[in-house]
Amino acid sequence: MSDASDITTAPATAPVVPDAAVQVSGVDKIFTGKKKATVTALESIDLTVAPGEFVSLIGPSGCGKSTLLRLIADLDTPSTGTVTVFGKTARQARIDQEYGIAFQQAGLLPWRTVTGNIELPLELHGVGGAARKARVSELLALVGLSDFAESYPDQLSGGMQQRVAIARALAESPRLLLMDEPFGALDEMTRERMQTELVRITGETGAAVVFVTHSIPEAVYLSNRVVVMSPRPGRIRDVLTVSLGTAQERTEELRENEAFFENVSKVRELLHGEAPVGIRGVETR
Amino acid sequence: MRSSAGIYRTVLAPVLLGLVALALWQLLVVAFDIKAFIVPGPIAIGTEFGANLSTVLQGALVTGGNALVGLVIGGVTGILFAIIAALVRVIDELSAAVVAAIAVVPIVALAPVLYTMFGAAAETGRQLVAAIAVFIPVYINTLRGLRQVRPVHRDLMRVYAASAWQTTRTVTVPGALPFIFTGLRIASSLAVISALIAEYFGGPIGGLGKSITSAASGSNYSLAWAYVLGAIIVGLVFYCVTLAIEKIATRHYSPNT
Repeated sequence: MSDASDITTAPATAPVVPDAAVQVSGVDKIFTGKKKATVTALESIDLTVAPGEFVSLIGPSGCGKSTLLRLIADLDTPSTGTVTVFGKTARQARIDQEYGIAFQQAGLLPWRTVTGNIELPLELHGVGGAARKARVSELLALVGLSDFAESYPDQLSGGMQQRVAIARALAESPRLLLMDEPFGALDEMTRERMQTELVRITGETGAAVVFVTHSIPEAVYLSNRVVVMSPRPGRIRDVLTVSLGTAQERTEELRENEAFFENVSKVRELLHGEAPVGIRGVETR
Repeated sequence: MRSSAGIYRTVLAPVLLGLVALALWQLLVVAFDIKAFIVPGPIAIGTEFGANLSTVLQGALVTGGNALVGLVIGGVTGILFAIIAALVRVIDELSAAVVAAIAVVPIVALAPVLYTMFGAAAETGRQLVAAIAVFIPVYINTLRGLRQVRPVHRDLMRVYAASAWQTTRTVTVPGALPFIFTGLRIASSLAVISALIAEYFGGPIGGLGKSITSAASGSNYSLAWAYVLGAIIVGLVFYCVTLAIEKIATRHYSPNT
């Protein structure tokens, strides 16, 4: 591993896959804290997400999974390496609105109605009133909130707020959806219902998804591939391909399925099974 | 259940306390034969207030009008300057000293200067005094509110590649509304007080401040106090109206979305 502190330009360590939804190549992310202390949040990350593919990032706290998502979203920039989204730089992809995003907090604007929140990105990008109205009613139907179009966020439950946030993320029909523990603050029952709905929605829209979670069943239930990460420094430990069928085949019964449990065990083994990786590279904290 | 108990606590109890205090006041004035130039009894003040209702009302309209003009001018400029300062850091840093200077100026003391500037027959001087008094709390509170953008909203605006102005318009200013209203609520009382006191330093006749001084100098103490009562009512109206607007405008604000 090269000393990352003196690298400013980014040598591409892997060839760019032209059709990939997301391509992360040789990415390191080093945060500089107080008194020049550095924390290596991510180390030599390589990851490719195909169009329409659902990829979960799973790992314990501090493994850098949220940081990786923020790099893809261009909310942060890598210290080394490159991130491309649909063949563009992450920055250009953000400017071109190539992705929709949902955070752990719904992050709705409390002074706007549900409709006002969902149409926010459309409004900011100059979509006309009539087109906005049509799109919002489509999205409300998609997330099952047609009766709450004129409600304010403080009148909705946490699960409903999160559905509004997902509708907002889907507003511009992005081909890529980035989700940072969107169901993390919900109770277990709501969570499972939301997962089922998300599988249906992504099946209908055909969008690729990068989904950050720390729930093993959630990752297995939703994903085509589960990326298992380890902390300090954040690295990809392994990638597990889950073959539980297409979106249409992923129903509630899947949660009772033998193959589902097998995959859950496999992810668990990957997370806990191997000997912990010692602290290496620069000093942490 | 809860609401009736709430009404008792928030309305009935203070009213009762006020009545007891008034009764006690009247009792002391009568019992110790306190002279009117020291303090007249509430009944005498009430009688004068009733007898001169139309002049009190006229005075209240003049003073209240000046305060309102000052509140609007000072409020709008305060909010606009805060938005500019929040957008352009250099302006914020440059203006910090000026704002501190304005904050310590005894604004009412400017009144005589402003009267000579705009002419003693115009209300402009008084309105400007009120506006300057309003500007500071509105500016400081608004600027603080504009700096309170939640990180998730900031991320969202970056994701949308929103321009600085779009972010200001859709997230920053609406998010700062509770702070802006706090500033306006403090400023509303200041506006009335400043407009009233500014009348002591000259300018046209007709406002409550002038009426208080002329009644007092004419040894008509109960009438002077009746005008003071009018001024208190004007101040209360300003405070309650801004409070009501604040409650309506920020009714959906909750931190959990």
